[in-house]
Amino acid sequence: MFVRRNPQLNRNDELIHLLSIEGLPASIVHHILDTAGTFLSVNDREVKKVPLLRGKSVFNLFFENSTRTRTTFEIAAKRLSADVINLDIARSSTAKGESLLDTIANLSAMHADMFVVRHSESGAPYLIARHCAPHVHVVNAGDGGHSHPTQGLLDMYTIRHYKRDFHELTVAIVGDIVHSRVARSDIHALTTLGVPEIRAVGPKTLVPGDLKEMGVRVCHDMAEGIRGADVIIMLRLQNERMGGAMLPSAGEFFKTFGLTAEKLALARPDAIVMHPGPINRGVEIDSSVADGKQSVILPQVTFGIAVRMAVMSIIAGNSA
Amino acid sequence: MSIAGLEAESLYAGLLAGVRGLLKPGGALVGIWSGGAWLAERLQRDLGLPGEAGVISSTLHRDDFSRRGLSAGAEVTKLPFEIEGRHIVLVDDVLYTGRTIRAVVNELYDFGRPASVRLAVLVDRGGRELPIEAACAVVKVELPASQRLSLARDSAGRFSFEIR
Repeated sequence: MFVRRNPQLNRNDELIHLLSIEGLPASIVHHILDTAGTFLSVNDREVKKVPLLRGKSVFNLFFENSTRTRTTFEIAAKRLSADVINLDIARSSTAKGESLLDTIANLSAMHADMFVVRHSESGAPYLIARHCAPHVHVVNAGDGGHSHPTQGLLDMYTIRHYKRDFHELTVAIVGDIVHSRVARSDIHALTTLGVPEIRAVGPKTLVPGDLKEMGVRVCHDMAEGIRGADVIIMLRLQNERMGGAMLPSAGEFFKTFGLTAEKLALARPDAIVMHPGPINRGVEIDSSVADGKQSVILPQVTFGIAVRMAVMSIIAGNSA
Repeated sequence: MSIAGLEAESLYAGLLAGVRGLLKPGGALVGIWSGGAWLAERLQRDLGLPGEAGVISSTLHRDDFSRRGLSAGAEVTKLPFEIEGRHIVLVDDVLYTGRTIRAVVNELYDFGRPASVRLAVLVDRGGRELPIEAACAVVKVELPASQRLSLARDSAGRFSFEIR
């Protein structure tokens, strides 16, 4: 029988693209996290740059806006000594009607070595990975509601940094799970790394019961959801979901599912609070918690650069 | 000398004497991961130097990255002292093509500008591909390119050579 290969791996099962955490073996996830640890120490040097991607061109293709993610990829690529080209696609050729694959073909003719892709359509990075030249590598920087693997990996790095062993943890992911590619990537990564209890916490409209199929415990009650948790991952409540059938109002959401000091007291005393940013103070998280002792939201950003350096250098070192 | 004569523990005594001669006042030892780091750790103790020896990895400056990629491992540079203006003695088990030394010197410079860098090794096996020589090489051997020579350390901390 013909078995379709994981498009992220070459024949030796080495990572050549990062498209999704789903289907990645735990050994590769650990390799990425270990390598990120090495790169974190580069920040302490006189010269905060290593020459691994010297002479390579990394193209940031953001078909959807995201200043923060694009910037962290840009910093990561520059610390690896790559040349970085940022393309504001939303305002360029695609607006003139050029197809995605024509855009890629043109950029390949400019000798691109790596594409970092953010797209509103799920699967767009897969399409690019399938059609680009064999020496070109693709990193998914978020595709539709599907996946945001580098965010998932930096979340795992953060958890490992503070909690060490994944096998005894209870992790609660709170908020708009159904529309969140971050939640999806986190759930796949936590499952791969052997976390025994993953909870998806939020109202029925944002945390549908069929999420159970992903191996998570669904909680529509905030207290039940965060009681005894080691890690709480708050998700950003996207403004566009507000006011419609999904949610009555931001104030209403904060009252029930917003993380306050009182609700955080239900978790383990040494629990950490994470958030992929940008945070909405007073909507999903109270300022006292976001700026509090248990918050690791800013370390997440620092770790994110090291994790992206790890991903880019690992895939660039493997050939198709 | 033949390969059979490579007795790591007795060669170590020669290295200790050689490094004692190379080390300038206020100088520091930096061992190249992994064999060189073990040697530097023991030299640090036997020479009565304060603090810990540095450990340096060639990973981030290797010239075969595009062919071999990044290996999984715990290779991390740890230099618990200022490099700027210091006399450094690099320590390694085996000197071969010189490519590791080239990478490691680049790595060292990411932390500052040393006053001088000397190299001390247990074994010089010839086969150089770069203009790099050791200031102290306890023994010189000729080995066919197909053979790999590296230092091993047992649980009691004793050294031996592995030939594959």
